[in-house]
Amino acid sequence: MNIHEFQAKAILADYGVPLPRGGVADSPEAAAALAEEIGGWRWALKAQVLAGDRGPAGGVRFAASPQEAREAAAALIGFRLVTAQTGPEGYVVRQVRVEEAIEHDRSIYVAVLVDRSSGHVALIGARSGGEDIEARAARDPSLIVKVEADPVNGFSVADLHGFAARLALEGRLAQDAAALFARLYEAFIALDASLIEINPLAITDQRALVALDVKMSFDDNALFRHPDIADLRDPAESDPVELEALRHEMNYVKLDGDIGLVVNGAGLGLATLDMLIDAGGRAANFMDIRPEATSRQIGEGFSLLLANPRVKVVLVNVYGGGVLPCDTVADGISMALKQTRSKTPIVFRAAGSNADLARGRLRNYGIPFVPAADMAEAVRLAVEIGRKEAA
Amino acid sequence: MGVLIGPETRLLCQGMTGRMGTFHCERMIAYGTRLVGGVRPGKGGKRHLGLPVFDSVAEGAAATGANVSAIFVPPDNAAAAMIEAIEANVPLVVCVTERVPVLDMVRVRHALKGSRTRLIGPNSQGLLAPGSCKIGVMPSIHERPGRIGIVSRSASLTSEVVEQTSRLRLGQSTTVGVGGDPVHGLGFAACLELFLADPGTDGIILIGEIGGVEEEEAADFLRSARPKKPVVGFVAGRHAPRRRRMGHAGTINIFGRGDAEGKIEALRQANVFIAPDAASIGETMRGALTS
Repeated sequence: MNIHEFQAKAILADYGVPLPRGGVADSPEAAAALAEEIGGWRWALKAQVLAGDRGPAGGVRFAASPQEAREAAAALIGFRLVTAQTGPEGYVVRQVRVEEAIEHDRSIYVAVLVDRSSGHVALIGARSGGEDIEARAARDPSLIVKVEADPVNGFSVADLHGFAARLALEGRLAQDAAALFARLYEAFIALDASLIEINPLAITDQRALVALDVKMSFDDNALFRHPDIADLRDPAESDPVELEALRHEMNYVKLDGDIGLVVNGAGLGLATLDMLIDAGGRAANFMDIRPEATSRQIGEGFSLLLANPRVKVVLVNVYGGGVLPCDTVADGISMALKQTRSKTPIVFRAAGSNADLARGRLRNYGIPFVPAADMAEAVRLAVEIGRKEAA
Repeated sequence: MGVLIGPETRLLCQGMTGRMGTFHCERMIAYGTRLVGGVRPGKGGKRHLGLPVFDSVAEGAAATGANVSAIFVPPDNAAAAMIEAIEANVPLVVCVTERVPVLDMVRVRHALKGSRTRLIGPNSQGLLAPGSCKIGVMPSIHERPGRIGIVSRSASLTSEVVEQTSRLRLGQSTTVGVGGDPVHGLGFAACLELFLADPGTDGIILIGEIGGVEEEEAADFLRSARPKKPVVGFVAGRHAPRRRRMGHAGTINIFGRGDAEGKIEALRQANVFIAPDAASIGETMRGALTS
C-alpha cells in the first residue's frame, strides 16, 4: 500500500527525520494561508498523487508570495497529472503539499527496502540525488551503493558511517546522516514498510540534511498489525471497480481492450494475457479469482466485468486446484449471467479438478458458452469472436 | 527417485486440526502420503484424523520420526511455526500459508542460516512426487510418474504443465512450488541443483514470472553448472501491463529490471530452451529431449 508524500512526512517527522516546514492544502485559498503561516520567502507546491516523477510532469511548482502560492495551487488542484510512473490515465490532484523551498548545494539519494535476493533489509544510496537517478544508475551501476542490515541487530554504527562515507559525506554531516539512516531503518521495521525512499535528501549551505521528498509503501500482508497505517489508504486513488472486486476475493486490473479475461492464479493469468496479445487480442481487464473465493463472490466479480460496455467477449481460463474446483467458478458465472441477463459470449476453458462437472453445470443452467479444449484454443476462439462482435 | 520427497517421507503437519489443515491432510493421506501426526499447541495428547497430535514440533518429530513438516497455519503465526520447525531440526519444511509479512520472512531466513533445514515456501502449492507422495494443496488428477522435474513460482501454471507433460507421456519425477513471495526459502537455483543431481530426472522445466531476480540467478547457476540434462524455461508476463510505481528503488538496476525480456535473455544465454508460450512448455521439453 502506498501513501501520499504529506502522510509519509508526518510519519517520518515523528521519527526525527529533518523535513521542510509545511502542510497540506485542498484549495488555493488554503495554500495561500498555509504559505503565510509557514513563513519565509519562497515555497514549493507539490501535487499529492501516489506516483513519482512529478517534477518533470509539472506537478511541482514554486511560489515567491502567498498570492503566487494561491495561483500555483489553482493550477494543480482539480487537474490530471500524468507522470512517467502513473500510466497514461494519470491521477487527478486533490491536495497539494505546501512547504518552504530549501536552497541546497547538493543532494543525495537514499532508500530502505528488502533485498529479495539476500532476504535482508538494505539501505541503498547514491552520492547525488534527483529524479534522473534511474537513468544515471542504468548508465553507471557503480553510482549505487548498498549496505545490508543484520536481521537481528540491524545496522551497526560502523555500517552506517561506512555507508555515509561511500556517499561522500564527511565530518558532522556524516554523523547526522548515519543518525538519519538509523531512524529510517527503525521506522521501516516498526511499521512493516516495504519502501522508504528519500530523493532528494538535500544538503543545505549550512551543511544540514533535509528530506525534500519522501515515498513510503507498506507491506499489505502486515497491515493487520498496523490499523493506523491501513487507515491512511486513499480510496480516491484506487479504481472503484478494482476495490469492489477485491472485496469479493478478486484481483482486478482494468486494461483498455475488449476481451474480458478471467483466470485463477497470477501466473496462469499472465501467461494467458501473453498468448492473447500474441494472437492479436486486447484484454479489457485482468481478473484473478483468489482460491478462497466462493461462487457468490465469483458471481459478483463476473458481474462487475460484464458491466464494462467495452467487453465484447469473455475468456475464462481456469485450472481447478485443490482449493478452488472449476464447478465453483461455473456456479459463479451462472449467478452473474442470471442476474445481469448479459448476452456477452463466453469462451470457457476449464481443466483440473471438477472440469467436466463445471461444463455440465453451465449446460444444466442453460448458460450458452463456447467450450475450449486447451489454452491455445481458448485464446484463438476469444480473439476470433471478439473480432466478429466488434465488426 | 525424484527430489526432496518420496516413499521415505514421514510427514508432520503444523496446524493439522484447523479447517485448512484438516481438509488437505485428508487428501494427502488419501494420496498415500505417510502423515504421521500433527502439531497444535494446547491439543497435545489428543488424536485427529486417527493420528496423534503434539504440543510442539520437537515432541512430534521425536515421537514419530517425522522428516518433513507441512505448515497450514494462518499468516500471523506462520513465521513462528517455520522457526519452530527449523529449531527442531526438521530437514524439510513446506509452508503453504499465503500473505505472510515480508519482515517475518527476513527473520525466518535468518533462522535458516546454519540450520540443517530446507524451507519450501511460503505461499507455495507444495511438492508432488507422482504416485508416492503429495505435500500441499495442488490438484492430483493428471500427474503421472515420470522423469521430468518441474520447479515453479506459479501453482496454476504448474498444474498446466503437469497435464502437458503427462499427455506427452513424459510424466514428472517431482514438482516443486518455490512460492510466490518476495522472500522465501529454497529458490530456483537450489532446486535446479537438486534435479541435476537426481538420477530419476532427465529434464527440468523452470516456470518463472516477472519480478525479482530469481530467473537471472538460475541462469547464472546454469552457466557455471553446464548441465547435461535439458532445461526448459518459461517466463510469464511478457505483455503484463505496467503498474503504477512509487519512486525509483524497485527499478534501480542492481535489483534487476524484473521484466520478462531480461529474464528470457538471461536463460537463453545459459542454453535454456525457451518455451514461446504456456501452451507449448511440454512440447518444448519433448523437443529438447530428442535434440
